[in-house]
Amino acid sequence: MTEQGPPQPGADHPPRMGFFTDTSVCIGCKACEVACKEWNAVPADGLELTGMSYDNSRRLSSDTWRHVAFIEQRKPLGGQEPGVSHDNVDIFRAAAGLGVTIASPGPGATAPAPADALPGAPAGETSPLAPDGRTELRWLMSSDVCKHCTHAACLDVCPTGSLFRTEFGTVVVQEDICNGCGYCIPACPYGVIDQRPDDGRAWKCTLCYDRLGVGAEPACAKACPTDSIQFGPLEQLRERAASRVAQLHSAGVLDARLYGEDPQDGVGGDGAFFLLLDEPEVYGLPPDPVVTTRDLPSMWRYAAAAAVTLTAGVAVSFLGRSHR
Amino acid sequence: MSESDVTPEGVRGARPGREAVTGRAAGRRRRGGRGERPVVPEAEFSTYYGMPVLNPPRWEALDIAGYLYLGGLAGASSLLAAGAHLTARRRLALVAKSSATGAVSLSLVALIHDLGRPERFLNMLRVFKPTSPMNVGSWLLAGYAPLTMAALLSDVSGRYRPAGAAATAGAAVLGPLVTTYTAVLLADTAVPSWHDGYRQLPFAFAGSGAAAAAGVGLLAAPVAETAPACKLASLGAGLELGSTQVMKRRIVLTSEPFEQGHAGTLMRASKALTVGGTLLAVCAGRRSRVAASVAGAALLAGSAMLRFGVFRAGVASAEDPKYTVVPQRARLKKQRNKPSAATS
Ligand code: SF4
Ligand code: SF4
Repeated sequence: MTEQGPPQPGADHPPRMGFFTDTSVCIGCKACEVACKEWNAVPADGLELTGMSYDNSRRLSSDTWRHVAFIEQRKPLGGQEPGVSHDNVDIFRAAAGLGVTIASPGPGATAPAPADALPGAPAGETSPLAPDGRTELRWLMSSDVCKHCTHAACLDVCPTGSLFRTEFGTVVVQEDICNGCGYCIPACPYGVIDQRPDDGRAWKCTLCYDRLGVGAEPACAKACPTDSIQFGPLEQLRERAASRVAQLHSAGVLDARLYGEDPQDGVGGDGAFFLLLDEPEVYGLPPDPVVTTRDLPSMWRYAAAAAVTLTAGVAVSFLGRSHR
Repeated sequence: MSESDVTPEGVRGARPGREAVTGRAAGRRRRGGRGERPVVPEAEFSTYYGMPVLNPPRWEALDIAGYLYLGGLAGASSLLAAGAHLTARRRLALVAKSSATGAVSLSLVALIHDLGRPERFLNMLRVFKPTSPMNVGSWLLAGYAPLTMAALLSDVSGRYRPAGAAATAGAAVLGPLVTTYTAVLLADTAVPSWHDGYRQLPFAFAGSGAAAAAGVGLLAAPVAETAPACKLASLGAGLELGSTQVMKRRIVLTSEPFEQGHAGTLMRASKALTVGGTLLAVCAGRRSRVAASVAGAALLAGSAMLRFGVFRAGVASAEDPKYTVVPQRARLKKQRNKPSAATS
């Protein structure tokens, strides 16, 4: 039992707009976090160092509408050094020199013998050392945001109608109506929307509804220096994302996958979807989110059955032989 | 943050500092530890630095668990009141009507108190929205609360008897819905332990509400009129304990929070009080005033603890990424295996 999804584009509706966040080009600069705060006048949420990574905003919340996640892994990014061209390398000559020259120390030499390992380097244990002594690791960075779900649980459960679907197919809180009941917060399967403790109301990304209205792109997409955050009509973004995944796969980055782009998933597809380089939960995203209201008709049936049972129970209590 | 210790044998528990190996301390997490009783085989899964995936409910336990409890008590009391009214148990009817009115009024106070903007409470009735259990509940209470008051007023004043009887009947129709809708209120969220329990929670709440209403009857009505309350206590307790038992069997992983930590303590206390109160009521509730009072108080307390236990268990399940990630992973795996199973 979910509300109607986003409006079908027609004469009186602009197409559904959204974000495609391509995390493979994210450099973790947090320009989006800053631009969002600036434009939307989002209050400060404390300048804390978490100590776990360069991430100091931890998660999406009422005062963090863009959140850049940082993950460090002992794993090379695809099978190549990005930005290095090997077009001029004659591999047959290189193979002939294997084990002969210092530049090609030969098979088995990528990990140093335990005795030769640098202090602290896990010799032969996890990730191999490159010939130049560097370990192979990768940084995953990803700018998270409200997904503007097709079937948005927050919107479905809002008792006041404060959360609504805009003409752009996005999900926005009307702050002059929200009474701070807090129901939307545990309803969101992504942990996005949250309550401001001092203000009592619920806040989240509006996909810059005010900017969209005048034809501007959202502040975060505007500020992103690498175009990791791309804004546009959802249909176009989906096509672009599909070709980007194909491009990355052919370049050997087999980890690349889309998240939230499938209209058949548990929330009917996200208006803001992602290209990820690992499983969603590594980034703090649920692997298979489902809009809770999908089961609501069934929930009402069970509650009705329980109500009938209760009535019957009380009736039975008054029946039969009793000493008053 | 640092938990290192300097001991004569050197530094213990130090963070690795510049010798840190990437990806060791963060990102991947193997569960175990914390003395948890493994109900299912430990699953290995990834998280983002062990942070929760969901935002847990920001509700105050006292307000919202209290609201669930009082709603349950009120609804079942209205049924008890109607039964007592029909069978001319005047005192029991009066007690049950007072309990319904008092409980529903207090529950409204708790609900409004928990709003971030209490002055905007009436925005709840701005729209009618069947997809929002809180909206449906607000409409339900808007219809139900005045009926309980009318029923009580007519009984106390002895005037407008037909209208009073009609109000009593109306409250008895809406009452059971007030008692069980609160289970939908919890279940219609992404909170794993609440959502997964959506089939059993309404029955547990119905049973618990019945036990609480019986408790009020035992506590305040003359012993001569408590026979139905005693029966209701045992039926309610049976329903409550039966459905929580079924819930534990049906939902494997996400029923864990009901047995652990603070929530587990509350659930066990609730069970003990409900069972004890019921036994005492059945054995001595119709003879001894003291026994009836003690049994009634125990049933009321047990019912309250059930709501607080369920509330806490849900919050705990939202705060641990395990309960979000592992079941969803399992679901994906099942979906992926399905097509291949069909072809083989
Ligand atoms: S991600 Fe959460 S807050 Fe955003 S639209 Fe979906 S349910 Fe609502
Ligand atoms: S907190 Fe505000 S936006 Fe969220 S469900 Fe309640 S009224 Fe709607």
